[in-house]
Amino acid sequence: MNNQLLWYTTRGAGAVTLVLLSAVVVLGLAARARFERRGWPRFLSATLHRDLALMTVVFLGLHIVTAVVDPFTHLGIVAAVVPFGSYYRTFWLGLGTVSLELMLAIIVTSLLRRFIGHRVWRSIHWLAYAAWPVAVLHGLGTGTDAFSLWMLGITAVCVVAVLTALVWRLRTAPGDPLEEERRVAATRAAYGATR
Amino acid sequence: MSAPVTFGIDRIKCDGHGVCASLIPEMIELDEWGYPIIDAGPISRQLRNHARRAVSACPMLALRLRSGSGA
Amino acid sequence: MNGDNLFAHGVTHTAPEGLAEHTTRLGPLPPVRSDFIDVLERSSLRGRGGAAFPVATKWRTVANWRGQAPVVLVNGAEGEPLSHKDRRLMETRPHLILDGAAIAARAVGAARIVYYIGAKHRSALSAFKRALAERSADEQRRSLLVTAPMHYVAGEESAAVHFINDGVALPTATPPRPFERGIDGRPTLVQNVETLAHVAMIARHGDGWFRSLGEGSSAGTALVTVSGAVPASSVIEVAQGTTIADAVSSAGGLVSDARAVLLGGYFGAWIDAEEAWGVRLDPASLKPQGLSLGCGVVSVLPDDSCGVTTTARVMSYLAQESARQCGPCTFGLRAIAESTTRIAALDGHSGDLQRIQRWAGLLPGRGACSHPDGAAGLLLSALRVFAAEFALHGQQRRCALGDPLKVAA
Repeated sequence: MNNQLLWYTTRGAGAVTLVLLSAVVVLGLAARARFERRGWPRFLSATLHRDLALMTVVFLGLHIVTAVVDPFTHLGIVAAVVPFGSYYRTFWLGLGTVSLELMLAIIVTSLLRRFIGHRVWRSIHWLAYAAWPVAVLHGLGTGTDAFSLWMLGITAVCVVAVLTALVWRLRTAPGDPLEEERRVAATRAAYGATR
Repeated sequence: MSAPVTFGIDRIKCDGHGVCASLIPEMIELDEWGYPIIDAGPISRQLRNHARRAVSACPMLALRLRSGSGA
Repeated sequence: MNGDNLFAHGVTHTAPEGLAEHTTRLGPLPPVRSDFIDVLERSSLRGRGGAAFPVATKWRTVANWRGQAPVVLVNGAEGEPLSHKDRRLMETRPHLILDGAAIAARAVGAARIVYYIGAKHRSALSAFKRALAERSADEQRRSLLVTAPMHYVAGEESAAVHFINDGVALPTATPPRPFERGIDGRPTLVQNVETLAHVAMIARHGDGWFRSLGEGSSAGTALVTVSGAVPASSVIEVAQGTTIADAVSSAGGLVSDARAVLLGGYFGAWIDAEEAWGVRLDPASLKPQGLSLGCGVVSVLPDDSCGVTTTARVMSYLAQESARQCGPCTFGLRAIAESTTRIAALDGHSGDLQRIQRWAGLLPGRGACSHPDGAAGLLLSALRVFAAEFALHGQQRRCALGDPLKVAA
């Protein structure tokens, strides 16, 4: 009975993690695009993004701990930490570990943002574009429910949501209004001088 | 009596995201190009938490809090 | 009045004064007294780069700053288009500057001196290189000559430091200011070339002598570039406290009637001609009027030149010269430039004048450096002094001079 509980928790928490992670990515794209509407002030995308990211860690933790502790899966702690270090569905599970580690890098650097500066933080944050699809693939590959209708449905909704947000961001994001200007000015500021 | 707390901003890092203005409109508003116009006066006790939230939410880490005069 | 100090004994503009001549004329440089900063304080010497900051205070701050040994940065960039005094000084009396820099290094405990000279000031550069080659081996070893890019903000002190550290002459956000952390992270004393020349003279003759050179209670002399409605643009040395009228006379007097005087360059302010003549060039007189000698530019606008068109040209220049690092400055100055240009061309949109006033109010303090502040100050003084012309251009789309594009050379 206990085993069943652990097993269902692992699968359920995994599904919730995927949904939350997808929401986090969508909100991150919205923040980057400076999304704003009546009733959706500017700060909401960024703060919700951060809050949901922390919630994702909770459910991800639950997903991993229950999977490792479950005697039925024969997964040791190694599998959770070393990519492709398990015997059970080695490749697909390994993807999950990869995704976990990418997410940890993103989250730790975000918590320490004030100390590492914007540029370093930003370059590591780009790993999000790897962490999410790897998590989706992990879910499709290892999830026992992967091809059950409800899991497929949830995955499809998540994928559509993220892809829509991505396309929308690429087409409308204002980015840094001074980007072109800065480049011109910086070039001029170095030109014409010699030591 | 504690030293007055005010906003400090790195105008080069600031990209006009406007998150700060949406979190503490009592002290920060945006000009027509989206860049913050910041009240240079001391931040009242009631607004301190909002100010801290605004500082931590700035995507470019351009906003900060200063205590005491100058710097 | 002319040439009692830096330009004493007359200067030839064909050749710089060599070390031998310099030493013969002034005697050798005396050893730097341990209380020299006090001497500087009593002399009331203020920086001649534009900010007019008390020199002794700056030196004391750098000397006492805990941490690594400081560096001296000698600022000869002179990016202000109307100013020629720095290059004239470098072309004619480079050893005064070198003396002053050596004294500064000694007084603040600096082991290195960096000379930052505008790349296009070729005569000044070659004169300086020649002068540096005449100095002691020790002095040459600890000196570095760097050519500065020629844009307007390259001479700003944090921009100079930024260029020397990273090759980009754009201002950086402060704090920290150069005197706290500058070249290689060290406390950096940034000083204009003219300021250091004055230091070299004070070291030889004392603070009492320097103070006596000024008129009345003013202290010392200043180099001024006079241009506009005068026979030729010229650099003259005047006693502090001299009136603008006397300065213009020394430069050859007016060649036509004057409408207004620009004091301090593009970072300064316009003054109505009638009010300008009696204005004394001295911080104590200028400050209460909201004026400043700045980099020593006195430019006379002839009365057959349109103040609106001149303002539009200057604002366009300042907008173009923005470092483009800060939104308020980049977009604010551009909007102002576009509006004033429209008004100058008799094509103003309704509300342009009010919009310009509002934008000008949104500039001060909203950039990383004071470029927008300077532009706002100049614009507001122009709107005040040329109020009638702006009203005519804006409301009636007419210029009293007929052709609105006619402007002073």
